[in-house]
Amino acid sequence: MIMKQFGIFIQKELYHIFRDRRTLLILLGMPVVLVLLFGFAITNEIDNARIAILDESKGEMSREITQRLVASGYFLIDENLREVSEIEQHFREGKTKMAVVFPPDLQENIRRHLPAQIQLIADATDPNTATTLINYASAIIGQQLREQNHGQAAPMQINTEVKMLYNPRLKSVFMFVPGVMTVILMLVSAMMTSIAITREKELGTMEVLLASPLKPSLIIIGKVIPYILLALANTVVILMLGTFVFGMPVKGSLLLLGLECLLFVVTSLALGILISTRTESQQVAMLISLMALMLPTILLSGFIFPIESMPKVLQVLSNIIPAKWFIIIIKNIMLKGTGVGFVWKESLILTGMALFFIGASVRNFKIRLE
Amino acid sequence: MSTNAIKVESASKRYGKGVVALDKVSFEVGQGELFGLIGPDGAGKTTLIRILATLLLADEGYAEVNGWEVRKDYRKIRRHIGYMPGRFSLYQDLSVEENLHFFATIFGTSIEENYDLIRDIYVQLEPFRKRKAGKLSGGMKQKLALSCALIHKPAVLLLDEPTTGVDAVSRQEFWEMLRKLKEKGIAILVSTPYMDEASLCERVALIQKGHILSIDEPKKIVSAFDKPLFAVRTNDMYRLIQDLRAFESTHSAFPFGENVHLALKNPIWPEAIQAYLAGKGHTDIEIHPAQATIEDAFMELMGQEEEVNQ
Repeated sequence: MIMKQFGIFIQKELYHIFRDRRTLLILLGMPVVLVLLFGFAITNEIDNARIAILDESKGEMSREITQRLVASGYFLIDENLREVSEIEQHFREGKTKMAVVFPPDLQENIRRHLPAQIQLIADATDPNTATTLINYASAIIGQQLREQNHGQAAPMQINTEVKMLYNPRLKSVFMFVPGVMTVILMLVSAMMTSIAITREKELGTMEVLLASPLKPSLIIIGKVIPYILLALANTVVILMLGTFVFGMPVKGSLLLLGLECLLFVVTSLALGILISTRTESQQVAMLISLMALMLPTILLSGFIFPIESMPKVLQVLSNIIPAKWFIIIIKNIMLKGTGVGFVWKESLILTGMALFFIGASVRNFKIRLE
Repeated sequence: MSTNAIKVESASKRYGKGVVALDKVSFEVGQGELFGLIGPDGAGKTTLIRILATLLLADEGYAEVNGWEVRKDYRKIRRHIGYMPGRFSLYQDLSVEENLHFFATIFGTSIEENYDLIRDIYVQLEPFRKRKAGKLSGGMKQKLALSCALIHKPAVLLLDEPTTGVDAVSRQEFWEMLRKLKEKGIAILVSTPYMDEASLCERVALIQKGHILSIDEPKKIVSAFDKPLFAVRTNDMYRLIQDLRAFESTHSAFPFGENVHLALKNPIWPEAIQAYLAGKGHTDIEIHPAQATIEDAFMELMGQEEEVNQ
């Protein structure tokens, strides 16, 4: 009898989901839109940044470096300047993001093996872009200088060699695919379930369900399962988009990845249930889900802002955000290809959180109307 | 069976501070009895029914349904009652058939198993069985809700204002169904704000401000009203009530449909009333002896109650 009850309850829940076309469209369309949006529009990568060149040395070296900068694909020469005074003018007009200045004695110094200096001037009104441009340009110039000295290297010169592991091209896709996945899973699981449960309260059907022999646990599990399926479907869609459209690798085991996603979904669902036990209307449930879950998930999970650069208080606070641990886990699995051995601690923390939220929900679930 | 279908002993319920929803309410409903809970909005009908449906706990007092105590044995009660809340509480986006199938299944039965019980009601819904419940008319919604509350063959039916917001014809049909269900041995507790529906119950409890005014057969409640009663109307109905209340022989005067029902302290001739009203400047005066109804009895009991409180 319990299995029959369970079956009909899930069937009923699926009717609700599939008959509410608009919500369904949002639920299934949102991940696609978000991934594409983050992928194409919101990006820290530099492509064809316009730069200005002030070449006072007019030597072989400056020409080669300029060519190298252009050949990298990151930079586009906007103009060749003649005087230092033109630089500021150029920045003010917003024509360029960075200027490269080759001093007159560049060629001479290199020939004599004296320290050579090249000046990079960047427009730091957008600090992220400025830093990235300077880093790219420095790397390219450094490469050129090293090759120049090949065979007759300066004895006292120390070169730093930077190697970016796991994401050599520093693609931001690798950052936001796990991030968007986390946000979507949180949204579908926590917000949608809290709304679905409060909707029954609001429409009065919860009253009828309570006055029936249905066990409260069955009501909750029955409401939650369809959303688990929906959330996992979204996971698959996001992973496929990440992999096929943006070339995001999945180096680790797919099974492990799936299980970790399931764990995070369960944690979020438990949170959603907890919210629904404390609220009476769909609106309040949605507001709480957005304010108390979505914002911390986006801001404090390390999805957009690196946790290491947050103030100490927020760093401590970020520990109670389930999303933080989930992002660590999936990045490890997807980018580094690590196994359970390296993510068991984070998984355990998530499991603990899930158990805590489930326990709190059970304690808070009312078997009566008040 | 010797146990009552419903037994309530001095149940009280307060909401927050000061709002008394129920004040020491006691009554019993026998097996297979059609019992009416009659009172205006805010009288405490819904609270009382919810306590019996195990959805609320009384602050004080004792209540049992079919011999089970509402607090301790709530699981057993939930398996054996049919409950219909005051607000339409089925799934609007599910069809008639899907709703019925859903409720049959969660009660561990099937539509076929208890079809006999709901046949009379469900035949009227059958032409619309693919229609979404949200698109049904008010009367049809109530019939569907009743079918869903009945599908597991409950021992006791708790119906909270099932006829509110339903057209007159559907109301009549609905009561006809209740009578048939009663004949099948199901005890029914039904609440309603419509006084005229009291006569359709076997016994009624008149309830006002959380307090039961009287419990009896509707006929006896009416016959307990022993004052001479007249239906009066004139050209100026608004002033009429005030003038009648100022009249020395008047016991009470209340608007009743198109008339004012005037109860007298002692029998006097209608001509005396006519003369009084004419003296006050009323024209088109019509005065007829009137048959007391449950509403007159209710007003009378309410008046007595207020006097006691003062």
